Amino acid sequence: MSPANKESDMHDEGRSKTLVRFDDVRKVYQMGTAEVRALDGVSLRFGRGSFWAIMGPSGSGKSTLLNLLGCLDRPSSGRYEFDGRDVGTLNDDGLSELRLRELGFIFQSFNLIPQLTVQENIELPLYYLGWEHGRSARHAKELAEEIGLGDRLSHRPMELSGGQQQRVAIARSLANDPPILLADEPTGNLDSATGTQILELLGKLHQRGKTIIMVTHEEDIASYATGQLHMRDGVIDRIEGSADASD
Amino acid sequence: MHQIRLVRNILLGIKNLLLHKLRSLLTVLGVVFGVGSVIAMLSVGEGASREALEQIRKLGSNNIILTAVKLAEDEAASAGHVRVGIYGLRYEDVLRIRETMSAVTRTVPVKHIRKRGRLGERSLELRIVGTTPDWFGVVERNVAVGRILSEHDLDQRAAVCVLTEYGARRLLATEHTVGESIRIGGNYFKIIGIVQSEQVSGAIQTPDLEVDAYIPLNVAREFYGDMIVRRTAGSRERELVELHQILVQVGSDEQVEPIAAALKAMLERFHKKKDYRMSVPLALRRAAEQTKRTFNIVLGSIAGISLLVGGIGIMNIMLASVTERTREIGIRRAIGAKRRQIIGQFLVETVVLSSVGGVIGVGIGLLFPWLIRRFAGMPTVVPGYSIALSLGISVGVGLIFGLYPAIRAAKLDPIVALRHE
Ligand SMILES: Nc1ncnc2c1ncn2[C@@H]1O[C@H](COP(=O)(O)OP(=O)(O)OP(=O)(O)O)[C@@H](O)[C@H]1O
Ligand SMILES: [Mg+2]
Repeated sequence: MSPANKESDMHDEGRSKTLVRFDDVRKVYQMGTAEVRALDGVSLRFGRGSFWAIMGPSGSGKSTLLNLLGCLDRPSSGRYEFDGRDVGTLNDDGLSELRLRELGFIFQSFNLIPQLTVQENIELPLYYLGWEHGRSARHAKELAEEIGLGDRLSHRPMELSGGQQQRVAIARSLANDPPILLADEPTGNLDSATGTQILELLGKLHQRGKTIIMVTHEEDIASYATGQLHMRDGVIDRIEGSADASD
Repeated sequence: MHQIRLVRNILLGIKNLLLHKLRSLLTVLGVVFGVGSVIAMLSVGEGASREALEQIRKLGSNNIILTAVKLAEDEAASAGHVRVGIYGLRYEDVLRIRETMSAVTRTVPVKHIRKRGRLGERSLELRIVGTTPDWFGVVERNVAVGRILSEHDLDQRAAVCVLTEYGARRLLATEHTVGESIRIGGNYFKIIGIVQSEQVSGAIQTPDLEVDAYIPLNVAREFYGDMIVRRTAGSRERELVELHQILVQVGSDEQVEPIAAALKAMLERFHKKKDYRMSVPLALRRAAEQTKRTFNIVLGSIAGISLLVGGIGIMNIMLASVTERTREIGIRRAIGAKRRQIIGQFLVETVVLSSVGGVIGVGIGLLFPWLIRRFAGMPTVVPGYSIALSLGISVGVGLIFGLYPAIRAAKLDPIVALRHE
């Protein structure tokens, strides 16, 4: 596909609808003499406001795909467009900037900073955005109240349950108001009841217009999503639900 | 916006350091002692040079002081017997200086005699200084009451004396006492004036003491002679000393060194034994600079080594901290922190650490000079700039040794860092 084609594509139907787009993206790890093809040619399109579950057996490349989507890593080859921008042309600062303004992460192990309080953890993106202290404190408080932890602002992550920690992590991922949230097995460390609560929260965010890409192993968790993308051996095996995932 | 980040980074740094109080404290010990040494070094140097300048000011930079020295070997010569030790400066020396050295403006012969002085009910152990009016031209002291010795007094061999303010006070002499007579030994002297005197601290013997009483040289010689008799257990000791000091005043500072050299040559030629000592106030400055240099080398090395060790210690701890906090770095990077912001965070933390060391070091650095002054008897003055310099150095140590760990932190791959346990 020529770049010119791409431009028109973007203007005609893309810009408002397609948020991320992969074209034949590969990720190859060199392990000594052996090559591990973690992603072996993935092309896909995720529309704005969609909710995707990425599924597949262990080692099929789900996390690799999510890390590339999250600009935490660069593909070995292929093209990645985020909201019409070619991510491949960005330098390290550019990728950081993109993560800071456009992306929110939710991890399996919560990844809160232990020496910071709940409030400070939620404020972290705002700190890097350069928000003035009072404003970011107010915003963090609002977010904490929204996830039902308004009374735990000065607690450390260690003093919270797993579900509470994951809710704090979600609040943090929302602080910069990104269009897209990336979640790698967000319920993997939680019991099913708590997992359901987290999923309901994500569902609510989806309804408010967030695009959500979530890696999961569990069918019932995946059923919250509007589309399911199944991976196998570094390629897309099949797609269920929304039609705009792949071409 | 940047200041806010800096302040927040500093607070975060302090918070992280407080998590490991003992570790942080041990880490900065090197900086503490390094900074302490820098301040101690500068304060000793400053103290030495200030003292030298003060002495030079009081002694007069264009003066040379010759002092008679009793030689130890004389003592052993004829122990147990009545014996006469002849040593010290001679009347001839004065004449020779006056005749041969034209750059010398004043040559003041000085004779010291220890005698008790009585005035009415009071008495005081005095040091009688037999000298000439030129004394008061070399040792410049203000005249409190009356007048100083004159050529006329010498011509007349007048039994007159000038007291110091201290002596006058101890003898309860007032301005009204001027004109009255004081009894010194068996002789009476008319008090003609009272002068101020200064006590100078330090190694150099000053020409004047507080207990001085100045009388004409020829009168001193006539009344008391050149022989001094001392009674020690079982034997009488006689000493023949013509002059105890000669004060030599030179026209200008530039001529001090050549004249000092000429004096040395002359004395060496005419004195068989080295029964004299020469003090050149101007040379004190050089001695002070020498002290300063020695201390700079010693303490400078201590400071350098401490700061190096301290810096490496800090680097080591920061590297450990980077490893410990790999996960945190990954989280921050994932959230959108740029490399330079990670560098900034760790660098600020290191600088906070080393600055805390610097502040403690300044405390130690103020204690050091006090101890040196107290126990080594050296004058010390802590110059204000040394504190600023020390704090600057400690910030510098933090920056230099913090840079590598900070860069390592920033170079971490976000994914690898996030996966770190
Ligand atoms: N840094 C790496 N170096 C080498 N190989 C890697 C690296 N990261 C991932 N891989 C390999 O790439 C493949 C895909 O890994 P990935 O983590 O994406 O799988 P996954 O689908 O997320 O599996 P799981 O469900 O167990 O989390 C695996 O074979 C893995 O061993
Ligand atoms: Mg995975």
